[in-house]
Amino acid sequence: MALADKDRIFTNVYGYQPWNLKEAQARGAWDNTKALIERGNAAIIDEMKASGLRGRGGAGFPTGMKWSFMPKQPPLDQNGNPKPSFLVINADESEPGSCKDREIIRHDPHMLLEGALVAGFAMGARAAYIYIRGEYIREAETLFAARDEAYAAGLLGKNACGSGYDFDVFVHRGAGAYICGEETAMIESLEGKKGQPRLKPPFPAGAGLYGCPTTVNNVESIAVAPTILRRGAAWFSSFGRENNKGTKLFQISGHVNRPCVVEEEMSIPFTELIERHCGGIRGGRDNLLAVIPGGSSVPLVPSADIWDAPMDFDGLKAVGSGLGTAAVIVMDKSTDIVRAISRLSYFYKHESCGQCTPCREGTGWMWRVMERLRTGDAHVEEIDMLQQVTKQVEGHTICALGDAAAWPIQGLIKHFRPEIERRIEARTGSLQEAAE
Amino acid sequence: MADRFIEPDTPELRARWGNFAWTEANAAKAKDILSRYPDGRQRSAVMPFLDLAQRQVGAELNTQGWLPIPVMEFIAAELAMPVIRVVEVASFYTMYNIAPIGRFHVQVCGTTPCMLRGSDDIIETCKSRGMKKGHTTADGMWSFTEVECMGNCASAPMVQINDDNFEDLTPERMNAVLDALARGESPKAGTQDPARHTVEPVGEPTNLAAMVSANHDYRSEW
Repeated sequence: MALADKDRIFTNVYGYQPWNLKEAQARGAWDNTKALIERGNAAIIDEMKASGLRGRGGAGFPTGMKWSFMPKQPPLDQNGNPKPSFLVINADESEPGSCKDREIIRHDPHMLLEGALVAGFAMGARAAYIYIRGEYIREAETLFAARDEAYAAGLLGKNACGSGYDFDVFVHRGAGAYICGEETAMIESLEGKKGQPRLKPPFPAGAGLYGCPTTVNNVESIAVAPTILRRGAAWFSSFGRENNKGTKLFQISGHVNRPCVVEEEMSIPFTELIERHCGGIRGGRDNLLAVIPGGSSVPLVPSADIWDAPMDFDGLKAVGSGLGTAAVIVMDKSTDIVRAISRLSYFYKHESCGQCTPCREGTGWMWRVMERLRTGDAHVEEIDMLQQVTKQVEGHTICALGDAAAWPIQGLIKHFRPEIERRIEARTGSLQEAAE
Repeated sequence: MADRFIEPDTPELRARWGNFAWTEANAAKAKDILSRYPDGRQRSAVMPFLDLAQRQVGAELNTQGWLPIPVMEFIAAELAMPVIRVVEVASFYTMYNIAPIGRFHVQVCGTTPCMLRGSDDIIETCKSRGMKKGHTTADGMWSFTEVECMGNCASAPMVQINDDNFEDLTPERMNAVLDALARGESPKAGTQDPARHTVEPVGEPTNLAAMVSANHDYRSEW
């Protein structure tokens, strides 16, 4: 059964209709938000927990539970005054393959703004900062304008939506650093510093932005909240398998006939997703080589394993990968698979913040070795050496960028070792021939 | 880490930019930016201030703008923070140009999703027009950079030129965009595929067909 259009949350995801307040309201956004707020924060959090929504930013942490981590009684500052709490919305979408938050922001920004109010109220936040990646210039313009519309209509600000709750939403533009998608790096950046992740603990829920309790959520997690509350947890959890509930924006790029962003139910088999929306693999089913199913940070899955895999957190974990942001990068047999992964290694080298030595030095080292493996200019033993180095980077850095740089390489070696060896042998052979 | 090199501070640079101050319009914008952050946390405004300053420099030079050291000093004074903290931020984030740049900043995405869809050809197109990675053409028109994922993966390959994205490129479409810019026109941003609207599957809609022609409200079907 395909997901019916009436069950899609982001009905304007393709931007055929205007994003503006009037049109968004006609589609159902900001529909009696006051009533949602009057349910009270405990009821909202319970409903979110019951919906089974797991964070859409990649890690898949249950959203309702995250909201409940915010302190019930605000901590006091040194003068004995209660500290404010903040909601930070992560719109720093920079993971290669990911392009969903952009569509929400430029085509349905009011769903995000309404979600910010509801989520902010539920966790007792004073204000929300939406941290949008710097390269989304036009998208940020839309978001600023949508925010102004919401303020002018009394939906945000003092007595937001007539609920008696004061809530501000601010937009903060990044400036081109992937690492700011890591929550503590994002907080550092919001404070006007280099985006270098913080050691945890303290966790942001205890001491985050300006030392105040803070929750960082992905755009999609926040934007779906009002619809979940309106239609009920039972509706949302009717989609997807146990522990993997709801609908999700999938982003399919690479070698499919019709790349697209599409909202589907969680756990949809890969085949169905590709056949229904993407017109199949370029050159036909037999032409598929491998898929990176969740954005660049997850290991690739060879064609044989991916076909029937359910596209959800557990289903992709079972094939040695992950759902991540549901950014599906499809590679057919024309792909130079070593180069495809090497290019990702370059990405991580470029985006390492430089704070931890294993990552700063390791990402560059791994990329240089990958480039030699690409051309076969290496010894076979170096494949194992590279594998070992990825293990020394993984888990030995403050944030997960080191892990993210290691996993694609590990996936490549695991599944395509014969191809790497073939290149080394081909090059050694041709060198020997030349010598003789 | 990205390799970044700050333009050296010279007496000429200081003479040109030592008196940098907001224009009237930008002073108002700066005030609005400051109001977004709590009292005493004005340092948070350093990123929007750098962007604003870069745009002001760009407007003066008719380029994409950059951040000479004296301009960073101005921002440090505005926000009562040490100059080095401003320089750190400017050199950390790649969208701040810390060396002069041309009229058009051609930023072709070369990361894997774009690479799979043919960004090599787009990069070649730029090279065949005399652009060189990391350089500005002698006439000051075109600065060319290969950038990391820009988040347009479902409409790859893409290029960001100044503030606009051009997606679903082929060498022909890329040439058409660059030709139009060179003529002083403003080519249509977004997808360059005439059969496509944004990021929907091209061709017959597979979902949300009712939205194409009307602002459909699905709530009555719930």
